[in-house]
Amino acid sequence: MMVKIQGNEKESGLIETFSITGGDFHHAGQVSTQIKEILKELGIDPNIVRRAAIVAYEAEMNVVMYAQRGIFMLKVTPQQIKFFVQDEGQGIPDIELAMQEGYSTATPEMREMGFGAGMGLPNIKKNSDIFEISSEVGKGTCLNITIFLDQGKKQ
Amino acid sequence: MKLKEIKDLLQAEIICGEDHLEEEIEMACASDLMSDVLALGKPGMLLITGLANVQSVRTANIIEAKAILYVRGKKPDQEGIALAAKQNIPLLTTNYLMYQACGLLYQRGLKSVRDAE
Repeated sequence: MMVKIQGNEKESGLIETFSITGGDFHHAGQVSTQIKEILKELGIDPNIVRRAAIVAYEAEMNVVMYAQRGIFMLKVTPQQIKFFVQDEGQGIPDIELAMQEGYSTATPEMREMGFGAGMGLPNIKKNSDIFEISSEVGKGTCLNITIFLDQGKKQ
Repeated sequence: MKLKEIKDLLQAEIICGEDHLEEEIEMACASDLMSDVLALGKPGMLLITGLANVQSVRTANIIEAKAILYVRGKKPDQEGIALAAKQNIPLLTTNYLMYQACGLLYQRGLKSVRDAE
């Protein structure tokens, strides 16, 4: 189940925070669908919206699949879209291995839902301009993602 | 290729989005794995899948697929259909297997997402 916790728009940009419930496959994808709508409404370039939506969806699915719960924070400034995703879950023992395409620890239930092909993290990285990941086994995983709005000014 | 031609060629039933039948589709991606669709998909494509849960519709929306063709006679549940209708994504279902459906469409010139630039 997805719950929007807060939303406010300041001069510095827009911040929205959502909670994600682990194991809730039925509602999985609702947060990213909503984020996509927000980004579209802001008039952001459609190619960037699409990339951001893919990143958000993959990140949300990872929380649903591998964690008990998670927080998804969206921040949009005139320069960039930022996603901060922190979950409480099993964590990733070997991040380098998890970043390899095709490496997966998915259960049959995850595969039945069409996920767990080992493409998630590599696809998030591919569609991000800045991708940071940290994880602690038994505690959870944290993603920090930036997508620049002006692709000509990538840093 | 028009969506209507795809429907006729595959003797498909339209589940929702009849008003989209005149739309042109230039490429397709076939997979039951939504992870692969998210990694390989392109906007405007036809998503061919046997995965008929609500995630197929959410994935199509995220990737901006123009339509979904379910193979093996699969159909999403009412929630999936309602979401597709809301997102303006037409849904079709055919009794052909995925291999047959892809073969027929490819033969008629529908490109793979990999070949369409």
